[in-house]
Amino acid sequence: MKYDVILAGVGGQGILTIAYLLDNAAINRGLRFKQAEVHGMAQRGGAVYSHMRISDREIVSDIIPEGRADMVLSVEPLEIHRYLYMLSPEGVVVSNIAPVINIPDYPDQGVVLDALYNLPRPVALDAGAIATEAGVPKAENMAMAGAATAYMPFDLSDYEPIIRKLFERKGPEMVVANMKVLENGYRVGKFTRALLEAGLPGAVACRAVAMCRPDSLDVVHAPRVVELLRGQKVGEVLSKAREGLITLDDLIVELA
Amino acid sequence: MEVREILLGDEAVALGALHAGISGAFGYPGTPSTEMFEYVEPLAAEYGIHARWSANEKVAYEEALGMSFAGKRAIVSMKHVGLNVAADAFVNSGVTGVNGGLVLMVADDPGMHSSQNEQDSRFYAKFAAVPCYEPKNQQECYDMVREAFDVSERLRLPIVLRMVTRLAHSRADVVIGDRRPQNGLNPPTDKQQFTLLPTNARRNWAALVARQGEIIGESEASRFNRLELEGRDRKIGIIANGVACNYVREAFGGEVPHAMLSISRYPLPLGLIRKLIEACESIYVFEEGYPLIEEAIAGINGIGKPLHGRSDGTVPATGELTPAIAMDVFGIGRTGGIKSTLGHVPGRPPKLCQGCSHADSYTLIKEVLKDYPVKRTFSDIGCYTLGFYEPFDGVHSCVDMGASVSMAKGASHGGLFPVVATIGDSTFMHSGMTGLVGAARDNANMTLCILDNSSVAMTGTQETMATGDALYNVVRGLGVPEEHIKIINPLRNKMEQNAAILKAEVEYRGLSVIILRRICVQAARKARG
Repeated sequence: MKYDVILAGVGGQGILTIAYLLDNAAINRGLRFKQAEVHGMAQRGGAVYSHMRISDREIVSDIIPEGRADMVLSVEPLEIHRYLYMLSPEGVVVSNIAPVINIPDYPDQGVVLDALYNLPRPVALDAGAIATEAGVPKAENMAMAGAATAYMPFDLSDYEPIIRKLFERKGPEMVVANMKVLENGYRVGKFTRALLEAGLPGAVACRAVAMCRPDSLDVVHAPRVVELLRGQKVGEVLSKAREGLITLDDLIVELA
Repeated sequence: MEVREILLGDEAVALGALHAGISGAFGYPGTPSTEMFEYVEPLAAEYGIHARWSANEKVAYEEALGMSFAGKRAIVSMKHVGLNVAADAFVNSGVTGVNGGLVLMVADDPGMHSSQNEQDSRFYAKFAAVPCYEPKNQQECYDMVREAFDVSERLRLPIVLRMVTRLAHSRADVVIGDRRPQNGLNPPTDKQQFTLLPTNARRNWAALVARQGEIIGESEASRFNRLELEGRDRKIGIIANGVACNYVREAFGGEVPHAMLSISRYPLPLGLIRKLIEACESIYVFEEGYPLIEEAIAGINGIGKPLHGRSDGTVPATGELTPAIAMDVFGIGRTGGIKSTLGHVPGRPPKLCQGCSHADSYTLIKEVLKDYPVKRTFSDIGCYTLGFYEPFDGVHSCVDMGASVSMAKGASHGGLFPVVATIGDSTFMHSGMTGLVGAARDNANMTLCILDNSSVAMTGTQETMATGDALYNVVRGLGVPEEHIKIINPLRNKMEQNAAILKAEVEYRGLSVIILRRICVQAARKARG
């Protein structure tokens, strides 16, 4: 077993905390890991990345060979595109949809999102909304880690002791809130994965998931959603303007 | 039970040094070396050792050498270009030798992730004729530094531990050993060893040169230099160093089919190299850094069989190596990678932080210089080098620590006007002071802006040597007339009055120093907790 991830984002988005979480989860499971990161000047609002390698055997190189990464995870949707050359043909991308526009030539946001949805295996989430909903708006990175977990050799219970170590001194409610963010990110990841593996196009899967409250996404209902999304009214339902999010049950009713 | 810890390469060096019984850690911050010292610093009280940042790398090295003189073990850390600053002390310490164990951790930056060049510190070790270790992974960082201290005391020489960015800043789990006690106080009994009068230096140097055979012999026998010939294909023989060995192995999926020599201890193990060359039909040198091994092998006449590496373009002549480069060099096909439908992905360079005082300082300087036809500003090493970019456009040079001051002075003697230079408080204390002494003596026609943000900001807001009043007193003490030292807070709402002050000093035909004083926003955040 090996799992190689490029963690990407903009300096200050907390990708090193994602790395910390995954490093510790790996070691607690008795797995090997290596995780190379960028320090220094690039941390000042520039593009930052980390190579995260997990394996049940010895890992030789600290950096992932080009074209061999199993996942590119980005806390910012433009940054995904900087590392696609690293992704294996079977690889997945997990991206936040909220842009960080701190450069003058940032492309049109719609174009950036379409480019994400059109990748072979995209998981998209509104990490900021998930974090804010749990009362910890800065915990976007935790939502991302949760979503990534849908593909990684971990489950949420691996994170609890690590989250406790990270946040306990700030109060027990911070531990609960961060675990909540991880869980809702995980629900998005897991549900999107189920839709993609059933053969739905990325754009359809991501748009459908984006309509739903993350805490309502229960993967047991994924087959039903797949069946309905293959039906006639897909475009109509998915493009209908709405205020706020609906539950998965409501989506199923609408699609049916 | 086996104890494991998750450590950066730099941190593994630090813990290895602590467990080797150091009595002090010395250094000056510089990416990618900083985390070695930062790991030790908070543990200093627990271990009963000295650990505080030094003014610059030369000072740090000399402090470490002094601790070694006293018979204690010391580690000193710096980035590769920092070793240029410390080179005088370092090279001479090969001639003095050491008393207590002394290890220099120097972190190179192939690919220049955060540096001005990609010089290769192995050349310094060769230049000083002292041994050098080059770890491949975090475990070796820990193990090698421990061995290096023992070797240092046995050979009575300083030992170089060469790190590279990819290892310095990569984490893995490391198996931890026991803790060795510190050495007792034991200053040298003779007065010749550390006194490099020519008569002593000649004797010491001749002795060091005479011992090279013995030192090379240790490299031949080192468990960190490994020759693998048995059962391997010999059409191609590969020589790789440090992390480059990993990339070769990764490229071949873990098992290299060809004969291979992995080098992690210097001076070069000449016998092992000869054995590989004799056994193989062609040699590939896959070297992270400059072609040190390759050139040593090639000499002038070559090896009488094909030799490939950075020099003949088989391996890119510059930049950091990767597993992908190894795959290309050894003809291993690679697939994968997905094309972005976005086409061009715009770059996202680092930026000054929201509320950064440097941003306001550059806006002020730009405002004052707008009236002059020739606008040239000399700058230095730090976050403020980002003033190069729009909208500031306020940097026309950045060469080495302190160069802003001396280059400004030289340009003023060449007739350039106006001459404005920017330097941070820590860089000023590192190497700007010496330039300013000369500028004061000559009353050079220049304006030095010291951007005092009370912090070594770029490397992570480390403690600075002198800030605020202390910094002012230094400037005054160096001979700058009080009436031409101005202290301002570069606030945007004080732009008009600040511009008038700066303009008057730029117009003054002589030396002025403007101290633009406001704490770094990152340092302020850290102080608030």
